[in-house]
Amino acid sequence: MHQLSRSLLVGAAAVIAAAPLAAQSEIRLTGAGATFPYPIYSKWVLEYTKTRPNVEINYQSIGSGGGIRQFMDRTVDFGATDGPMADSQIAVVRGNVLHIPTVLGAVVPAYNLPGISEQLKFTPEVLAGIFLGQITTWSDSRVAAANPGVQLPNQDIIVVHRSDGSGTTYVWTDYLAKVSAEWARRVGRATSVNWPVGLGGRGNEGVASTVRRTPGAVGYIELVYATQNRISYGQVRNRAGQFVQATLASTTAAAAGAMGSLGPDTDFRVSITDPAGADAYPVASFTWILLPRQMSDQTKARTLLEFLWWATHEGQRYATDLGYAALPARVVELIEARLKAVTVGNRPVLPANYGGGARRAN
Amino acid sequence: MSAPPTASAILPDDSGPQPTAEERWRALRTISRGDVVYRGMLTLLALALPLLLLTIAAGLTAGAWPAVRQFRFGFLTHSTWDPVAGTFGALPLIVGTLYSSLVAMAIAVPLALGVAIFLTEFAPRWLRGPVATLVELLAAVPSVIYGLWGVFVLIPLLRDAVWPVIRPAVSWLPFFKGVFYGPSVLAAGVILSIMVLPYVATVSREVLLAVPAAQREAALALGATRWEAVWSVVLPYGRAGILGAVILGLGRALGETMAVTMVIGNRHEISLSLVEPGYTIAAAIANEFAEAVTPLHLSALVYVGLVLFLISVAINAMARWLIWRVARGSAAGSAAV
Repeated sequence: MHQLSRSLLVGAAAVIAAAPLAAQSEIRLTGAGATFPYPIYSKWVLEYTKTRPNVEINYQSIGSGGGIRQFMDRTVDFGATDGPMADSQIAVVRGNVLHIPTVLGAVVPAYNLPGISEQLKFTPEVLAGIFLGQITTWSDSRVAAANPGVQLPNQDIIVVHRSDGSGTTYVWTDYLAKVSAEWARRVGRATSVNWPVGLGGRGNEGVASTVRRTPGAVGYIELVYATQNRISYGQVRNRAGQFVQATLASTTAAAAGAMGSLGPDTDFRVSITDPAGADAYPVASFTWILLPRQMSDQTKARTLLEFLWWATHEGQRYATDLGYAALPARVVELIEARLKAVTVGNRPVLPANYGGGARRAN
Repeated sequence: MSAPPTASAILPDDSGPQPTAEERWRALRTISRGDVVYRGMLTLLALALPLLLLTIAAGLTAGAWPAVRQFRFGFLTHSTWDPVAGTFGALPLIVGTLYSSLVAMAIAVPLALGVAIFLTEFAPRWLRGPVATLVELLAAVPSVIYGLWGVFVLIPLLRDAVWPVIRPAVSWLPFFKGVFYGPSVLAAGVILSIMVLPYVATVSREVLLAVPAAQREAALALGATRWEAVWSVVLPYGRAGILGAVILGLGRALGETMAVTMVIGNRHEISLSLVEPGYTIAAAIANEFAEAVTPLHLSALVYVGLVLFLISVAINAMARWLIWRVARGSAAGSAAV
């Protein structure tokens, strides 16, 4: 926190010092959307604009739903979302949208079982059973079967979920819908759903504090939040049958595992939950930036594309420190092709041989 | 207040010839032109507020229209809130809002009245100022702080200290059925009662202070004890104002968002039991608005906001009517409303 505020100060000082330079041609980009990637986006903006004093990028974390709405209304230059746009929404903007993955996040089952020191293991069936309200005590044989040797207490399971609409909820319910046909039929996947059981907490912190303060509780929170606040969370069994600990590496492995099934012309609106791969953590997701395929302002388009190029290349090295998983190389290759396909007046904005770097726009 | 300026003060001073009546009128008319502008401005400002209210109503109705067309009044009687399937029923939210506010008022009103009576009738003089100020300070605490306090202090206290003690005595009541996890209508009601207490207590105190001393003295002179004087003379005299104070508190409780959502458990379900989680309209809007992706979901949230608006208007209208009925025959306090 302290370090962040200091670097913000330094950044501000750099902007002020460079102000006379910037006067010649200020380029201002505005974006809005998801709250989950906000820390890394603001870090990127800070680092990127340090060396490009004439660029100003303003990102408002108003939530994925708001990001999509503002993008559709064209009140922002780019949107950001944790859940991809629906086909009906893409139809509204006549298909003029690109989903560019920027980083990856994972969602973990956090629990509170006093007296249990071993890390719990969850199978997909157990998770679905708990969140459907069918497994109601910790001593249930299905929980015990996945955790041999652990003395599970005969305690009620209290499910805790997000009460606010959230990309985290989207990832979690998307995963449950993939591993449980009943979940897919009864509840489905969305940023907020009709929960069969449980208490609602507001935000990651709301879920985490309820779990922490309620013996027997289990909830889902972002991996970043769980590691930074030292909340115990369980391993989840993946499609290959391995119990995997959620880490940044196993999250990146999830994207790599899911990429195997993607063609080169993917629109990236893919769910990477429950992927193939022995070391892939199964509850992971991209977060996306939304931008139009055809843009009208050459200068803005060039600046935005250069920024996104930088973010998905050099920018990735800031991801780990902030708790996000970096994109796998294969995904970055596909993103390069997408960025080069963006046009203004039917002409590509980036030259075919573009390889990053800040060339003066125009 | 100093003496109001007279017309002669504005007129040319009387060293010269005395102004005729005609001149006097002209001078007054110049002033009254300023008055016209002034009056016009004040009228505009005064009308701007009702206009704002109408604009809010119109905006809410327009935003809610897709959901109103789809669900009609079934929205108010159905209990399923499923953004995935696009089925929205607001009954649990409406019930939760009214229920948690009712619990809050049940706790806060006796307490606030007690505080007001104590401060005006019984407290030693040196204690009145400090206690009144401290009670008013409760209103200055931001609601998110109340929420945090609820999460970290009140809920553990209720769950681990209070509930195990009172459970054997009350668990046969339908209001205390079920397992108490902490976040619940009860926790929300208690938090809300603390939040509305300063409003009800402060206004009630002002009302009781406005009761003429002659009323009390008359009661005491007839041989009433101090308690009888308060109960049968002072309180009835100020009942209209006290009712106004209660309505003010109720309005605050109905619309409170942040503290409630942190302790109520946010569950779309109707339960008579206070220890079960619930949900309120304001909390649901605050929670789901930012990530409401489908237009119907968004519209349903605006619709339920319109319902809250109408509930507040209805309660205020009812309060006006009640106060009007009660105020016939009691003079003091109706001025305080």
